[in-house]
Amino acid sequence: MLNYVIKRIGLAIITIWAVATITFFLMNMVPGGPFLSEKAISPQAQAALEAKYGLDKPLSQQYITYMSDAIKGDFGDSLKQRGRTVASIIKTKFPVSARIGGISVLVSLSLGIPLGCIAAIQRGKFLDRFISVLATCGIAVPSFVICTVLMYFLGVKLRLLPTMGLLSWKHYIMPVISLSFYPTAYIMRLMRSSMLDVLGQDYMRTAKAKGLSQTVSLFKHALRNAILPVITYVGPMLAYTLAGSFVVEKIFTIPGLGGEFIGSITGRDYTVIMGTTIFLATLLIIMNVNVDIIYKLVDHRIKLK
Amino acid sequence: MEDDQNVKWLVDIQNERLSFFTPAGEVKALNDVSISLKEGEVLGIVGESGSGKSVTAYSLMGLTAYPGKLLGGTLKFNGHEIEKMTEKELRKMRGNEISIIFQDPMTSLNPVYTIGNQIEEVILLHTDKGKKQARERAKELLELVGINEPEKRLKQYPHELSGGMRQRVMIAIALACEPKLLIADEPTTALDVTIQAQILELMMELKEKLGMAIIMITHDLGVVASICEKIAVMYGGKIIEYGTTDEIFYHSRHPYTKGLIRSIPRLDVKEHERLVPIMGSPVDMLNPPMGCPFAPRCDDCMKICIRQMPPITRLSHTHTTQCWLNQKEEQKGGMANG
Repeated sequence: MLNYVIKRIGLAIITIWAVATITFFLMNMVPGGPFLSEKAISPQAQAALEAKYGLDKPLSQQYITYMSDAIKGDFGDSLKQRGRTVASIIKTKFPVSARIGGISVLVSLSLGIPLGCIAAIQRGKFLDRFISVLATCGIAVPSFVICTVLMYFLGVKLRLLPTMGLLSWKHYIMPVISLSFYPTAYIMRLMRSSMLDVLGQDYMRTAKAKGLSQTVSLFKHALRNAILPVITYVGPMLAYTLAGSFVVEKIFTIPGLGGEFIGSITGRDYTVIMGTTIFLATLLIIMNVNVDIIYKLVDHRIKLK
Repeated sequence: MEDDQNVKWLVDIQNERLSFFTPAGEVKALNDVSISLKEGEVLGIVGESGSGKSVTAYSLMGLTAYPGKLLGGTLKFNGHEIEKMTEKELRKMRGNEISIIFQDPMTSLNPVYTIGNQIEEVILLHTDKGKKQARERAKELLELVGINEPEKRLKQYPHELSGGMRQRVMIAIALACEPKLLIADEPTTALDVTIQAQILELMMELKEKLGMAIIMITHDLGVVASICEKIAVMYGGKIIEYGTTDEIFYHSRHPYTKGLIRSIPRLDVKEHERLVPIMGSPVDMLNPPMGCPFAPRCDDCMKICIRQMPPITRLSHTHTTQCWLNQKEEQKGGMANG
């Protein structure tokens, strides 16, 4: 176990380095730059700005400077948001996204798992069909459609819920529904198919032959086996959801990290692009390691190497 | 079979009819099956795949799988009528009074729980023993089925054990509550030959110790010959011959039984003699023939065999068969006597 953790940390560092390097050069290959705008700036001002941020130096040197600073934990200042460091942007915006994301993940798990199980048990019956239709909708309908539909009916027509900002618990409802729609549907489908597989296993027949009730054999014997694919999915999903969704944050005017990803790319805010990308990569790796460890705890046949 | 009214049957199945209602149509899995068994007796049910061996045994535990449905007959276990029991009553009986060992020990244990957990579960469910006592009992059971280092095994997971050991664990689970009847559904099919012998020996040893009755389902005549007192030969959802082991092996009267016995490899035959297979393929249960299900494969098939199912012929106190050949002989015998 300890060996495994050390190995994974080593691998994680290499992965993050690779992600950072690729992002750095890709981002510099894209035409444009942080200081181009419709208003023409004088060449002198442009040169002065570039000199200030070190953008006049050769790319290889910029790369070395950035990486050595990053190792020390310094991700630099935002090129667009004057006076703010990348670290402070992530620090203030991530908690906002993480809160909505976290609630959404909880909602999708607590809806998706039971509904998937029910569909599997009621296979072919009305409830199964109903849940399957729901799941297909959830996967097919994009989140901006759900956001606008919710906003129109609950916010504008019925005036039940506020449509922007994050001031009270009511503000969370619509963003959480929109964010959890897809993962709920996906978990439901995963759960249904893996539950169906498990229900047909010989050990479920053994459980019945022992005289266990359906509830016990379901909760004790089936669920623990059937949940494995869901765990695999939830790891990366958690990372993406916590890091925020651009679409949902934009529509509901939520000051989260999701907006920063897209904003930094369109604005060529090089340091923010790098910072947010490295942050998301790290989050993903942590989640994947967690998935592996939980896997091991649930099913002892799995060996961590 | 024995018409002695005073005999107390542990298992008494009379004229059971059971069908599976599949999208392709009704599959008549059991057609007029009658089996009875006294306490401590060992009955072998022999037949090829799909002949209804397992379905008969499962229905006795109320474990008929969807879309199977009991259409008629009575099933009595220890005086209780199975077909009238509620699901709750059935649950109380399963794993407690009737236990079962399945064919494949590799997949019959839950991979995510320890051996100990899976044995204790059934003890906790059916007895009022506490956790600690259940663990003690589990340890005892593992010793009983011949597993060394029981303390260590209890903490292991199924994948850490060999196939033979897992089958021993399955037997331990089945015996946990000292059942009156043990159903063994091809318990040795998935094991290699040396382990097969060990498992059978173990089962017989435990039968002597605990005095339970056993229904041994198998397609291996060698297995039943060595351990069973009575044998039912099934074909196409019917019991086509039923008798004591001696009667079946030495005085078999049904062409199918004879064929089965001819197809067993023997040590005393000459080197170049070939085994005699039973030609043809198993009966299609979706469209069963009008007459005897074995007729299309039978060497002695007569016109009447195709048209009409033969009635049960009683050959002795314990021996019955369902075949026109015997019917004719009996009639002849009857005429000569009269």
